[in-house]
Amino acid sequence: MCGIAGLIHRGKSSNVGSELQGMLQALKHRGEDSTGYALYGDTDGKNFIMRFKVGENVGEGSSSIMEDVSVYDERKKVVDQTLAEMGAKVVKEERTLPYSLRYEIDYNVKDLLEFSQRIESIPGVEILSMGKSLEVIKDLGNAKMVCDRYSLDKVVGTHAIGHARMATESGVDIKSAHPFWGYPFSDVSVVHNGQLTNYWNNRRVLENKGMRFMSECDSELIAVYIAEKMRDGATLEEGMKASLTGLDGVFTYFVATKDSLGMAKDTMAAKPLVLYESDDLVAMGSEEIAIRSVLPQEIDTYDPFDGEVKVWQI
Amino acid sequence: MANLKTISKKSKAQSMGMHTEVLTGRTQQKFFNPDEAENFYYFGTYDVDFNKRTDLDVKDMTAPEANKEIDNLMSQGYGTIVIKNPQGKHSLGVGILNKLNLIFEGSLGYFGMGSCDGPIVRINGRVGWSCAENLMAGKVVIEKNAGSCFGAAIRGGDLICKGSVGARTGIDMKGGTIIIGGDAGAFTGFMMQRGRIIILGDVGINLGDSMYDGTIFVGGEIGSYGSDAVDSELTSSDQDWLKRKLKVAEIGENFDVSKMKKIVAGKKLWNYDNLEPTEKKGAI
Repeated sequence: MCGIAGLIHRGKSSNVGSELQGMLQALKHRGEDSTGYALYGDTDGKNFIMRFKVGENVGEGSSSIMEDVSVYDERKKVVDQTLAEMGAKVVKEERTLPYSLRYEIDYNVKDLLEFSQRIESIPGVEILSMGKSLEVIKDLGNAKMVCDRYSLDKVVGTHAIGHARMATESGVDIKSAHPFWGYPFSDVSVVHNGQLTNYWNNRRVLENKGMRFMSECDSELIAVYIAEKMRDGATLEEGMKASLTGLDGVFTYFVATKDSLGMAKDTMAAKPLVLYESDDLVAMGSEEIAIRSVLPQEIDTYDPFDGEVKVWQI
Repeated sequence: MANLKTISKKSKAQSMGMHTEVLTGRTQQKFFNPDEAENFYYFGTYDVDFNKRTDLDVKDMTAPEANKEIDNLMSQGYGTIVIKNPQGKHSLGVGILNKLNLIFEGSLGYFGMGSCDGPIVRINGRVGWSCAENLMAGKVVIEKNAGSCFGAAIRGGDLICKGSVGARTGIDMKGGTIIIGGDAGAFTGFMMQRGRIIILGDVGINLGDSMYDGTIFVGGEIGSYGSDAVDSELTSSDQDWLKRKLKVAEIGENFDVSKMKKIVAGKKLWNYDNLEPTEKKGAI
């Protein structure tokens, strides 16, 4: 089933980590195999923040295996070495869990494709997000468990999207969890509720064009599809509108960039979405109770119609 | 069972528990005799007094707890109940088979007022998906917007949304009336079998797709027609009925109904007289 939630504060920052946790926890009955956050925090914008994993948290049906911490340590060393070779200086390093790391990197290159390819050529290493404001944090369990594990409740920023997952199309592990980073674009993330039925056809085409897939989760296709459109010069909104016909199946998804948040709903309106919009806040989720966790007072909400695409700026 | 090879087609169908009737021109069947008053009451329903009023704050209740408390209040004779702080909870007010004035001071989540028969309900907020699903009788008024599958499979009663609604409004409905003050999404009236839908605003694509019967009235623009949905003449009696209905519904009283479009089933998809393949095997 899955649940998605997102919010964007316009003209100010707020405690988006705590707010998104509340929204996703309200949706936990839609799935708590894994939960993921894409948080756009307040930063000075000088350094890249790279969230990456050097191992898996393995759940039911996963094709991955649990490994010893010493394996993670070895991979981390190779990552550090590769970063040094590329001239990327690690300014700050956090290792929240043995397999999950956060680096702040001084790296003066706009095109992240080569950078990402080199890092991910290290076996067992996956970049969860790369950007100057975006941080993707995802792991097994419900929203509160993940929030507590990674201490996300203090994160202050402008916008965020998140996902509560009930695994159906692929196993329970971090690589299949949402949000997906819009590789190789800085600060682009995607969450999706639904099912895409032309996943393999699109994947083959996109892989032939040089795009990269890290999982077999159909939702990853949306991130890759839009990233490829943007690579070819389309705006976020144009890429999202193209997806309404380019992607087949049922879907409601959110895409976020450094300064914007967008939603798209398939032409059959088969997947739910409730939206609240005011001058200073947009909040949306699969169910109204998600919005109620940040706006308990009586508010005006509505369901976007079929084939609708909307994008908001901070 | 009779010898299926030798009996007439009608008898064959009746022997197999089917019938061969053509539904053209039929209206609502009467299943109850008005003289038999006991048929209008369910076992376990309560004799309530509309002038006996109380508030119920459900802020810290789960939906089952809230619904049980509504039942408890009805058992004490309360005929008007005001629900405070529903806060978008799912499945509130379901399964009420009783006369009752129910007022929600706020919004409901999914499946609000599902499977009800008889209550008069006012929701001073929004409702999520599948509001009033399977409504048998009564009246449900929503002051703001509604989600998808609004009034799915209703059999009777009036369901009124003063705002806009999502997709598949009135899907599979078998009677009753749905009135929308704003716009409606895609697949409105999908597979509807009887009843009427009135939309004062615009409606999305595939209107009335695969509808068997029933009537849809649209005041605004239509995205596209669904399979077997066709235009029909808006008669003066239709207009009278629309005026009356909109007035009673407290919505669009001054709306110019003469410009509304009337959509019905083309009946090209009807196949009632043909036996299913497995039934044919049994009949041969």
